[in-house]
Formats: sequence, C-alpha cells, structure tokens
Amino acid sequence: MYAQMVKSTGTLKTREEMDERERAFQDRIDAGEKIEPQDWMPEGYRKTLIRQIGQHAHSEIVGQLPEGNWITRAPTLERKAILLAKVQDEAGHGLYLYCAAETLGVSRDEMTEKLHDGKMKYSSIFNYPTLTWADIGAVGWLVDGAAIMNQVALQRTSYGPYSRAMVRICKEESFHQRQGYSIMMTMAAGTPEQKRMAQDALDRLWYPSLMMFGPSDKDSVHSAQSMAWKIKVSTNDELRQKFVDQTVPQAEYLGLTIPDEKLDWNEAKGGYDFSEPDWQEFHDVLAGNGPCNADRMSARRTAWEDGAWYRDGLVAHANKRAAQRMAAE
Amino acid sequence: MSALCEFALRMGDNTLILGHRVSEWCGHAPVLEEDIALANTALDLIGQTQMWLGLAGEVEGNGRTADHLAYKRDAWDFRNVLLVERPNGDFGQTLMRQFLFDAWHHPMLKWLSENSAEKRVAEIAEKAVREAAYHLERSADLVIRLGDGTDESHRRMQDALAYHWTYTGEMFEADAVDGELADAGVAPDPAAMKPGWDALVGDVLAEATLAVPENDFAHKGGRRGQHAEHLGHILASMQFLPRAYPDARW
Ligand SMILES: [Fe+2]
Ligand SMILES: [Fe+2]
Repeated sequence: MYAQMVKSTGTLKTREEMDERERAFQDRIDAGEKIEPQDWMPEGYRKTLIRQIGQHAHSEIVGQLPEGNWITRAPTLERKAILLAKVQDEAGHGLYLYCAAETLGVSRDEMTEKLHDGKMKYSSIFNYPTLTWADIGAVGWLVDGAAIMNQVALQRTSYGPYSRAMVRICKEESFHQRQGYSIMMTMAAGTPEQKRMAQDALDRLWYPSLMMFGPSDKDSVHSAQSMAWKIKVSTNDELRQKFVDQTVPQAEYLGLTIPDEKLDWNEAKGGYDFSEPDWQEFHDVLAGNGPCNADRMSARRTAWEDGAWYRDGLVAHANKRAAQRMAAE
Repeated sequence: MSALCEFALRMGDNTLILGHRVSEWCGHAPVLEEDIALANTALDLIGQTQMWLGLAGEVEGNGRTADHLAYKRDAWDFRNVLLVERPNGDFGQTLMRQFLFDAWHHPMLKWLSENSAEKRVAEIAEKAVREAAYHLERSADLVIRLGDGTDESHRRMQDALAYHWTYTGEMFEADAVDGELADAGVAPDPAAMKPGWDALVGDVLAEATLAVPENDFAHKGGRRGQHAEHLGHILASMQFLPRAYPDARW
C-alpha cells in the first residue's frame, strides 16, 4: 500500500507478558477506543506509527511527480484542470499526514531528511513511469483505487489523528478514482491508438498496483503486532483480493484485458483467483532499483536543496519582524 | 477579427501561458505549502482561460472552442504578453513574475467587473477577480518577506526583478484594438492602468527593501503575436497530444 512492509517495533506479547500499563492500553484498543497524542502509549506503537504515517505521507508527496509529469501535456483544458486539482489534493494529503505524524513527536523536516537519506521509504508504485496519457487514467483508476481500499480500512485505525486524517482523505479519493476511470473510458472507446495506450497502461501498471498491498500474508513479518495494535486493520492479502474483485469487472466494462492468464472466477471462495506479482521485482524496486527511483529521489532532493534559500528567507524575515515588534513594545 | 475577440484572446492567452508555467512547478516547490499554492494558482488560471477563450470562440463565431484555440493555434496567433512566457528560473524568478503580473491583472479584472459595457466580459471578470485578489495578496506578501529576508533571498529577488523588469511595460501599451475597446467602454485604456501599477509595485518593493530598476525600456510584441523563443517550446509540449492524434477525443 502507500505504507508497505512497515517494520513494527516490539514483538507480540501475550497478556501475561504485558505490564499493567500495556494491558490497559491493549484493552482500550480492543474496546475500539481511539488513542490520542497525550495518552500513554508503548514506545513500539509510537515508532511503528511514525514509520507508517511517514511512509504514507512521503508517498503522497513523491506521488505528485508521475502525475505532474503530464500536467503540462494534458490534452484538454478540462483534463488539465482536473489533474491539477487532483495533484493539489495529494499534496494536501501529505500535509494532513505529516501533521498527524508530528503529534507523535517527530517534525516534518526530520521525516523529510530521512526520506532524502533513504532512511524512510515511499510506496513502490511511484517508481514506475507515466509514459502515455492513458497512464494518468490508469493511475487514478488502479493506484488511487488500491489506495482507497487501504485508506477506507484505515479510517478505523486506533490512532485518533491518523484515523481522522484518513476520513478527510477518503472524501477526496473517490473523485480521484472516478477521474482516472473517466480517462480510461474515453481512451478505451477512442481511436485504435488510444485503445492501444489504454491496454498498454493496464499491462504495465497491473502488477505494480497489486504490489502496493505489500507481500503475501505468509511472508509479511511485521503484520501481527500492527494488527493487534490496530495500526493495520486488514491483511495485505485481504485487501489485494478485494481490489482484484472490484477491478476485474471494471476492466471488462472497458473492454481491456488484465494481463493474467490465470485470472479466473472462483465460485467457492466468491472471488477471483489471480497470479501473484513478481516479488523479486518488488524487492528490487524497494531496494532502489525500480525504473524511476533515482529520478524521483533526485527530483525531491533538488526541490528541497534549491528551496533552502526560500525557507531561510522566510525565517529570517519572521525573526526581523518579531525583533521589530519587541523593540516597539 | 473583432476587437472583442482579440481582447478575449489576450486575456485568455495570458492566463493560459502563465498557468502552464506555474504548473511546471508541480512537485518541485521549495515547501509543501508552495506545491499546494502553486497548483491552486495554476488551477485558477486554467479555469479563467476556459472562460476567456470560450468567449473568444463564441465572439468569433466559427465554431472554435476554448480547447481549439488553446491547442490548435501556432505561436504567431497567441496574444499573451511576453512576461508570462518568461522561464520559471528559481522560485524567486517565478514569484516575481507572478507579482508583476498580478499587480496588473487584479486591477484590470476589477475595472472590467465594475465597468465593462460588455456584459459577458464583466461576468467573466466578476468570477475571476476574487482569485486574482488572492494571487496578488500572496505574491506581494512573499515578495516582501523574501526581499527583506536573508542577504541571499534579497539578492535573488533583486535579480529576478531585473530579469523581468523590461517585460512589464508591454502590459500598458495601447494599440488600435485597445482604442476601440476603450471608446466602447468595454475595457480600460491600458496606459490608464499604469499609475496605479507603479504605486502598488513601488510600495511593495519599498517594503521588500528592493530597488526599482532604472531601465524603462519595454520589450513588446506578444500582444500582436511576436513572441520570444520560449512560447514555441511551451506550445510544443502543451499541444503535443491533440496535434499528434488529431482524430482523437480526450
Ligand atoms: Fe492521496
Ligand atoms: Fe489520490
């Protein structure tokens, strides 16, 4: 997802192994109460949340780049305006999430530096390029579609500020997915070249979208503690299955073919059987070897470094004004 | 082409090209708040473009839509002032261009919304003027803060001012089209907007501790289709898809 393979700090303890505070904390979570910033929380809970919310925030920010890639080339004024509005929303999501993370005692600047030093990650999906206009449709349809699956579930997460950020974000996400699907509908019903772009976008982005949910549950080492703390509320495989079940009929409606020969309806489980993505590729991308990792990070670092004078200038001005006010009093 | 159509093109091409330039920043701004603000500014400008170019097509009466006008004209038919096609450069250069434009754009829209004898022009201006007021408030505030910030931010803003300065005079140039529009009460005489602009820009620059450049030369040509080298490159990317796939609907 936007937060994949978040390492969770702390091993899962039995009730007997917990001390009194930990037990009371777990009871609150089990009762569905929200944990607020001023409440006591285990250090592992705090650290895991910082990693997860930070990774989610970074994903919103880096996610501006593949879509921003087509703003200047959007084919109509209407599409351009819609894409601008969407990318602006994503930056806004980043802001809500950084604010949520800051309530846990870590600053936005610290998290940004960790991202730039490679110590924090963002979703693997944004290391894939947007090569044609249809990719903008496919990103909205598949990537925002996958993000919604996760974010809707996370509205029930145990940490109050994170949960509330998710509620705000989910309101905007369905518009993102709809605009993407609307591009896909137009492309799939368009000229032969447009149809080719649409199919090609689906071919390239299908498996990377499945990877967004993270590794299979059997290989997902950090899930148990995060689930117990309700930092995670659904497993990777549950969400992936839901996503496939939702998306296959949408692809059929478009007249596009999902690039999976094993895709088949399974009556018994009431869902589709489908091929797993190439997990080696997933690990390569996370390790920095995706098609765009280097470009994405260099774009973000450059923006940050080139902007240093701007940020310093504003701070210096604020200090001067404060000094003037002091002198006047 | 009628004077009214020409006027709508000039207004719409300014917002289209400036909107394009601003949108180039997407994801690359110095702080997250600027990413949001720049996308918002570009979005406002593109929305205004749809209205102005829509009006131009309607007045022309040949069935051309706003998209037609944006995507199917070549550079010599564009009517924007040269200032808005100036490259982004560093953030200071982008910001200064925005401020110098906003300081013209907002009073212009205000006049049109309050006084234009052409109802359709007044209506568009009415919708756009609040956005432009906000753009001006923001850009003026940032020019002040960065001009009077660190030595480096001051130097960068002063350099940016020098870079754009000789491209500001064109906004106040009047030709036969402007004369006709002013006589008909559709639009103000551009030259009449100059004293207000001088005063506003002078105040902001003074507060920003920036010196007003002494060069009063004015580069001209954009408003009659003679552009700098920049516009062709902007159009090459902006118009790529509709040009490469002329039969497609998007
Ligand atoms: Fe988002
Ligand atoms: Fe989104």
